[in-house]
Amino acid sequence: MKSKAKKPDTAHNMEIVPEGDPRDRGGPRQPMFMVRGLKKHFPVRGGALNRTVAQVLAVDGVDFQVIKGETLGIVGESGCGKSTLARLLMHLIDRTEGELIFDGEEVGVRNGLAMRDFRKAAQMVFQDSYSSLNPRLPVEDSIAYGPRVHGMSKKKAKELARELLGKVGLRPEVFGPRYPHELSGGQKQRVNIARALAMSPRLVILDEAVSALDKSVEAQVLNLLRHLKRHFNLTYVFISHDLNVVQYISDRVLVMYLGEVVEIGPVDEIYAAPKHPYTRALLKSRLSMDPDERMDEAPITGDPPNPINPPSGCRFHTRCQYAETICKSLAPKLPKDTLPEDHVTSCHMYDPAAGHTLAGKVPPAFEAPVPVPAARVAAKV
Amino acid sequence: MTDTASSLPGAFDAGGIEELSPHVRSYWQLVGFRLRHDPVTLFFGAIILIVILCAIFAPWVAPMDPTQTNMIDRLKPIGYKDYLLGTDELGRDMLSRLIWGARSSLLMGLLPVVFALAIGGALGVVAGYMGGKVNMVIMRVMDVFYAFPSILLAVAISGAMGGGMLNGLLSLTIVFIPPLCRIAETATTQVRGLDFVEAARASGGGTGSIITTHILGNVLAPVFVYASGMVSVSILLASGLSFLGLGVAPPTPDWGLMLSTLRQAIYINPVVCALPGVAILITSLSFNMVSDGLRQAMDVKL
Repeated sequence: MKSKAKKPDTAHNMEIVPEGDPRDRGGPRQPMFMVRGLKKHFPVRGGALNRTVAQVLAVDGVDFQVIKGETLGIVGESGCGKSTLARLLMHLIDRTEGELIFDGEEVGVRNGLAMRDFRKAAQMVFQDSYSSLNPRLPVEDSIAYGPRVHGMSKKKAKELARELLGKVGLRPEVFGPRYPHELSGGQKQRVNIARALAMSPRLVILDEAVSALDKSVEAQVLNLLRHLKRHFNLTYVFISHDLNVVQYISDRVLVMYLGEVVEIGPVDEIYAAPKHPYTRALLKSRLSMDPDERMDEAPITGDPPNPINPPSGCRFHTRCQYAETICKSLAPKLPKDTLPEDHVTSCHMYDPAAGHTLAGKVPPAFEAPVPVPAARVAAKV
Repeated sequence: MTDTASSLPGAFDAGGIEELSPHVRSYWQLVGFRLRHDPVTLFFGAIILIVILCAIFAPWVAPMDPTQTNMIDRLKPIGYKDYLLGTDELGRDMLSRLIWGARSSLLMGLLPVVFALAIGGALGVVAGYMGGKVNMVIMRVMDVFYAFPSILLAVAISGAMGGGMLNGLLSLTIVFIPPLCRIAETATTQVRGLDFVEAARASGGGTGSIITTHILGNVLAPVFVYASGMVSVSILLASGLSFLGLGVAPPTPDWGLMLSTLRQAIYINPVVCALPGVAILITSLSFNMVSDGLRQAMDVKL
């Protein structure tokens, strides 16, 4: 393999990647991943000639950055384009439009980062732990597959696979030669994490990686992910519909609605003082642990509108309690030229120039501050 | 390098190790284990084995020369003199002819299926994995062949190319490619959409590597089982071709051909005349039963 001679294979010898990661090309201020104007439109075909009669706007103009070393949580309802976004980021499906820049280099273009090198640098853990492992391969062979296609010898790849099984808390000699059907859901997801780590990636995209697990196993795997992140100096993009899990694991949170980013910012700011009405409704929809704070009415009703024919203007105006005429006609934009750490939203209420009557005097999201879950407090200490 | 696995906090231990038996069994070991505990499949498998051994060792197993005619002892019943299963219309020993006939019948039963499995399976996997236009071209061509009833297609191809064993083999192979291709395509299409194939692509696996490592293993079982069921069909079709004079040429012993020539004597000695048919029945039934047993033993769900 060509690239192997150039760069030392640091993570394969399983030491903690030091602060000055030799794989780092752009420096600490260069975002790990920059997404610019990303769009994915799926054609809807029909009619006699199989013509394209409509477009599903699954991801429609998404901009964000993933900072090196952070965990970026992505939340949103089912069908808002989270999983499509994950597959777009991994180049598993072709994008309609937009730029993906990995550590300063555009991926898969001339003079950019070669797809082969990108595949090593970014990996993904899938939601369905059952279907994401080949039922006919022993799990250590599934883990070793990636390094094997990148030219590692069979023996070395197997050694690496066994080592990684140990890292994810599975005894290698017991679990290595087993087939996926012999493992529980949590064990399979650990194998999936090991498989992603086998490529010694810098960025790991976790698409609902813990959503299918039961609560106790979910907690174990979340802790494992936190541990591995420090150990391998990883950057996570953590996609989930579970707001509590995202709050627990993320540094920053991105809220998606119908293929668009509606709000992005540091996790504590978003959870304590959400700006966008959709984020507010989403956070209010969490069930309280306190029986006195019973929820009788859902804070947000109805299904998201059809992404084939999204509403005009602001896509949330059909369900928004603050919607005004301006919201129906003009689509709000995320403010430009902001720092990645800024808390920004695409809502007319936060843009004095837009002419929304509530601009500048937005009612607070919550009457009382929302307590931070104890687990997170403990984890931060 | 330190043992980091042991340095992980206790919460990371996945547990459940005790529930797993220390004995690790591979997939094929499991299939073998299931087959060994399936008496029906074993019984019919043994019959197939006997037929195959008879075919291979025909010169030593057969008591007489299968082409030696004897005009005096024609169409004699079972057990007449030294003729254990009687004689045919030219006084040839039926048992010897049946044993020798197993050669061409098995050849015609197995080879077309093996060839069709290789060609049709490969086409189907490629069509299923590539999808889109490649899939459309391959599968529409298959549909054209599919439009004809299989026996008609076999007769038409054999008839066009002339008789003989090689042409018979060829025509049967062509007949079996479309159904095997379709089975392989369907199975591949199902597997292709699963996350582990996506994960393999995300790891940078190329098309060839993904097909051989991840697709074939999961597609082989259903295709293989279907193909094993086709062996009996192939034997019957080959017999049919020989019966029509399109397969093996006389005096070579062949079950279909024997049935064809003996049918004129059905009123003289019906039992002997039916013997080649019985041989075909037993062999194809055995292949069917073994195919059924394989399907259960190789069940994907595990």
